[in-house]
Amino acid sequence: MKNFNGKILFLDRSDINTDEILPARHMNEASKSALKPYCLEDLAIAGFDPKTDIEDKSVIVTRSNFGCGSSREHAPWVLECNGINLVIAEGFARIFRQNMFNCGMMAITLGATQIDDLFKLFAGSEAECSTDLDKMEFTIKGNLQTKVYPFKLNAFDLELVKAGGWVDYADKKY
Amino acid sequence: MGKTTAQKIFDAHRIDSPAAGVSILSLDRVFCHEITTPIAVDDLVARDKDRVFDKTKIKAVIDHVTPAKDSKTAEQGRTMREWARRHDIKDFFDVGENGVCHVIFPEKGFVRPGFTIIMGDSHTCTHGAFGAFAAGVGTTDLEVGILKGVCIMRDPETIKINLNGTLKPGVYAKDVILAIVKMLTVNGATDQVIEFDGSAVAAMDMDSRMTLCNMAIEAGGTCGICYPDMVTVDYLWPFIKDDFASKEAALAEYSKWTADADAEYTKVIDMDVSELEPLVTFGYKPDQVKTVAEMSGTKVDQVYIGSCTNGRFDDLRIASEVLKGHKISPNLRGVVSPASPKIYSDALEVGIIKIFMDAGFCVTNPTCGACLGMSNGVLASGEVCASTTNRNFAGRMGKGGMVHLMSPATAAATAIAGVITNSPLYKA
Ligand code: SF4
Repeated sequence: MKNFNGKILFLDRSDINTDEILPARHMNEASKSALKPYCLEDLAIAGFDPKTDIEDKSVIVTRSNFGCGSSREHAPWVLECNGINLVIAEGFARIFRQNMFNCGMMAITLGATQIDDLFKLFAGSEAECSTDLDKMEFTIKGNLQTKVYPFKLNAFDLELVKAGGWVDYADKKY
Repeated sequence: MGKTTAQKIFDAHRIDSPAAGVSILSLDRVFCHEITTPIAVDDLVARDKDRVFDKTKIKAVIDHVTPAKDSKTAEQGRTMREWARRHDIKDFFDVGENGVCHVIFPEKGFVRPGFTIIMGDSHTCTHGAFGAFAAGVGTTDLEVGILKGVCIMRDPETIKINLNGTLKPGVYAKDVILAIVKMLTVNGATDQVIEFDGSAVAAMDMDSRMTLCNMAIEAGGTCGICYPDMVTVDYLWPFIKDDFASKEAALAEYSKWTADADAEYTKVIDMDVSELEPLVTFGYKPDQVKTVAEMSGTKVDQVYIGSCTNGRFDDLRIASEVLKGHKISPNLRGVVSPASPKIYSDALEVGIIKIFMDAGFCVTNPTCGACLGMSNGVLASGEVCASTTNRNFAGRMGKGGMVHLMSPATAAATAIAGVITNSPLYKA
């Protein structure tokens, strides 16, 4: 199973698309690991620099409709290459969300008020997330406080996460 | 309680329900292209599972960057080519025979009402125009589809949109779908299928229906669906004539996929298209839509006519009607990419290609190319493109470029004027 704990990268925008996560011009790469330097390369958010702000982060917290647009699994892969296996958002595009679980990664939806809360309480300084899959909760620890956020995950998505992805699971079962 | 089209298709293809609301579906078609398939193939090889579930149900094409533009894309092409040969995949379309996936696969008759189809491409929703369930997926889903012929799908909810009224001259399916994406917003149909019904859809040919369904994903939709009717049967007839005694018999069979009158929808939207004007996008999201009149005068550096949205024969024909006898503005370049060899050759035969060339357009081979900013017309930073494609994301056609989405008629008129403008075909 992958690691779902670590420092949080806050991306304060809705509708971040897969072209912004991994631009098409890099889709001629033949391996997943070759994508690593291009993570979030075209994402323009004030105060965000993909060159320095991704390093050492393991979790993304963002707004609604994350991963919209192209079906490219290169988007989850480039996050994975950079050690990011968990995205927490107000909502995801269907294909991106499925791609994450198919890779044994997690795309977790929280309510708008919880996401707002996360941004208000933790986005200003360093924050860390630890994930408890048995209790289905995230513990977020900032400089000043610690807060617990419960989440939901259906049994099948959880199985994919535990199996490490869809290929082995499907080959055994179907 | 009645069923929607997608529910009927799911019920006929479900082989497992591993969790509430999640289905494992058997697949009738797995479509492949060279950008998202090679990594799936390499992974299958690495896992010692280099097999295909059914070589007759897998259709493959090299379309995004073709002929190869550099060593890396050449490798992607080679992986596809060798894989198709190794597994004896007969319907594989390489240089000379290849065209944009969502154009060439329907054109070859690979889609049927009631089919389940996946492809590692978000615009797979296009094929719903035939009354099929067709959804874009990632490489892992594609990989399992190739190996096992199955796919994970959440049970679909459906939004129904009734399109009634008659389009004004110079207003097209592209304008209708831009209006719908604007209304729904970019995630208004996430995890939803969109069923298109009504007299305006009944009046559309298959090309227009494909344009309509193609952009369902731009509202987050899983698939756009039109019910099969005589227009569908007429289009498919050359491919199905041995299977049915008559067109009526084919229609009777296919009609079982039409949603029941008492099906349950998350939303039913009635829209009268009679007053619709030509539309164009203005920002970096496909739901940022204004009328062409409002955007009139916007300077453009390149006009691009092509893609799985609007690179079909009728799109080229309509654009050529506008271009005939005119030169494009010296302030811009025009690029047209007929979306399949058949379209190219038909357009050549009736003189459409000559009209484009006389007007000053560059005519490229069938490919996605500029649509995703990989080749054949990539924008420089700060440049503006008037485009018949489906996505205006920042950097989509080249880093720092701006894309305005519009119909082929508007794009052709814009090419002549040098600035965004309504086509003379539009009669308000
Ligand atoms: S034409 Fe554009 S949108 Fe269509 S499949 Fe090709 S790259 Fe994708």
